[in-house]
Amino acid sequence: MNDSRFATRSELIGILVLAALLVVVLPLCLDVFRLNLVAKYLTYAFVALGLVICWGYGGILSLGQGVFFGLGGYCMAMFLKLEASSVENTKIQSTPGIPDFMDWNQITALPFFWKPFHSLTFTIAAVILVPGIFALIIGAAMFKRRVGGTYFAIITQAVAAILTILIVGQQGYTGGINGMTDLRTLKGWDIRPDHAKIVLYFFEVGLLFACIFIAQFVRHSKLGRILVAMRDQEDRVRFSGYSVANFKIFAFCIAAVFAAIGGAMFALNVGFMSPSFVGIVPSIEMVIYTAVGGRLSILGAVYGTILVNFAKTSLSESFPELWLFGLGGLFIAVVLAFPNGLAGIWGDYIQPRISKLIGARKPKSGWTDNSVADGAPAE
Amino acid sequence: MLIGQQPKPFLLSVEGLTVSFDGFKAVNDLSFYVEENEIRVIIGPNGAGKTTVLDLICGKTKATSGSIEFRGKDLTKLKENQIVKAGVGRKFQTPSIYDDLTVFENLEISYPRGRTVFGALTFTRDAAVRDRVHEVAEMIFLKDRLNMSAALLSHGQKQWLEIGMLLIQDPDLLMLDEPVAGMSVSERAKTAELLNRIIKDRSVLVIEHDMKFVEDIAHKVTVLHQGQILSEGTMEKVKNDPKVIEVYLGH
Repeated sequence: MNDSRFATRSELIGILVLAALLVVVLPLCLDVFRLNLVAKYLTYAFVALGLVICWGYGGILSLGQGVFFGLGGYCMAMFLKLEASSVENTKIQSTPGIPDFMDWNQITALPFFWKPFHSLTFTIAAVILVPGIFALIIGAAMFKRRVGGTYFAIITQAVAAILTILIVGQQGYTGGINGMTDLRTLKGWDIRPDHAKIVLYFFEVGLLFACIFIAQFVRHSKLGRILVAMRDQEDRVRFSGYSVANFKIFAFCIAAVFAAIGGAMFALNVGFMSPSFVGIVPSIEMVIYTAVGGRLSILGAVYGTILVNFAKTSLSESFPELWLFGLGGLFIAVVLAFPNGLAGIWGDYIQPRISKLIGARKPKSGWTDNSVADGAPAE
Repeated sequence: MLIGQQPKPFLLSVEGLTVSFDGFKAVNDLSFYVEENEIRVIIGPNGAGKTTVLDLICGKTKATSGSIEFRGKDLTKLKENQIVKAGVGRKFQTPSIYDDLTVFENLEISYPRGRTVFGALTFTRDAAVRDRVHEVAEMIFLKDRLNMSAALLSHGQKQWLEIGMLLIQDPDLLMLDEPVAGMSVSERAKTAELLNRIIKDRSVLVIEHDMKFVEDIAHKVTVLHQGQILSEGTMEKVKNDPKVIEVYLGH
């Protein structure tokens, strides 16, 4: 079967529906301000997508995805900040040509690790490699020693806390608590006006679909099935000749790289990056998006992220104090009542009715539902 | 004891094997040898160290001292997945299968190809894989259940599935921990028949309590008691050993 490599037929329909929504419906229905909000939400969808592979399939709960989102975002922000800090733009500073926050902190020369970020090629490589290698190191240190489950989750959370403290503390090098603000141009192209926002939105949607296809490929490969197998019977996989640690490291790294791409797009779309997207609270929020969407569903994660964020924006506009309680309550409700999230509701209740209406000519196994978890034939 | 003097016909030589957990010696200076194409059954009362011996051979537990030589390799120095690659397969006491996958996928994961991360990403389900899975599924009586979720199998069928997963690995030494526990009488008979069929070209090490089943399959029996060998030999010899009758068979 040639379609088993990437997607089953119903999954393909699901991808096309999402593509139609993101490429046609939302741009036509929303004004630029709202569309830019969606672009911001979608940057988290990259993180949620990685969590589906890492947490949903591999059973590795990471409460520190903000670290990788932040690393990707900061790499991109460093490039943009350098471009915004040309000698001409910063001639009122005591040291022109360096970012403003460095000047405020009495730094008189660009630190060595900032210099390569003058190059866009280097920056793009760094967006992928810095978080990827960092995840590799954490993963190797933890999984080779068989640290897993709750302990792993707590350690990732500690890493998120440490990185936040580091960024806030090293104000002169990172911009501190304010982050990197006032990002203006990408290779001379202004990223702030409306038409740039629209171009960036479509570019981001394209990247998101590239990541969705990679996730689909991983899921339908034997590696995807090994991740599912490991989740329940780690020892059986180990004694079938696999190095379980290597597979966990792979899942963790791919989740880190997806998160980093999201972070880089965030810096471009929103025009700043700050430590408030790195720490424990945003990391846990990202897990909630995945849980609400359905942690076993690649497309569910995207819908979950968009819906929770829409709710967040509209509710926190009217009841700012209540929002966090609402989010916590939502998480508890989803885990207790619908452990497979929106995708589970779709697959269990809505899709069967739709197929009945259409006349049941489509095979089962929903696109948001998960045929691996269902044990439906993949042959 | 014959230390270091064994010629090579043995597939597995366990010598002076000891493991202690906080001072408690679960296996104490144990030595035994398994030949090619032999079915060896290990029996003994609860807590005798039977499962620990299998854990030591497959690398799940690290030995405190002693050696486990298999085909010229010292297994105590290898990692679990390297031990599998060397040709040792292990079935656990409770059926360890992947409930979320189909019977076909369960068997496919054990197929000895694409065991690295990259290999698993690029693994293709070609005719060789399909044929082998079908062949083994037929052996383990699950031919018409290949597309069924493994969670839906009965207890006995899950045990067979795990045996099948080991067969696909094609190990030279197959270790089974209580393969017929919890099976019905007819399932036991079928399992004995299955085991007798699959021992061609390989050695099997079995832990079992069911004496009828042991008599059916064993070439040689090792009786463990408090981490040491109490008696070893044919079923006939072991059955009539007064020490064995006292600590194990008598009650």
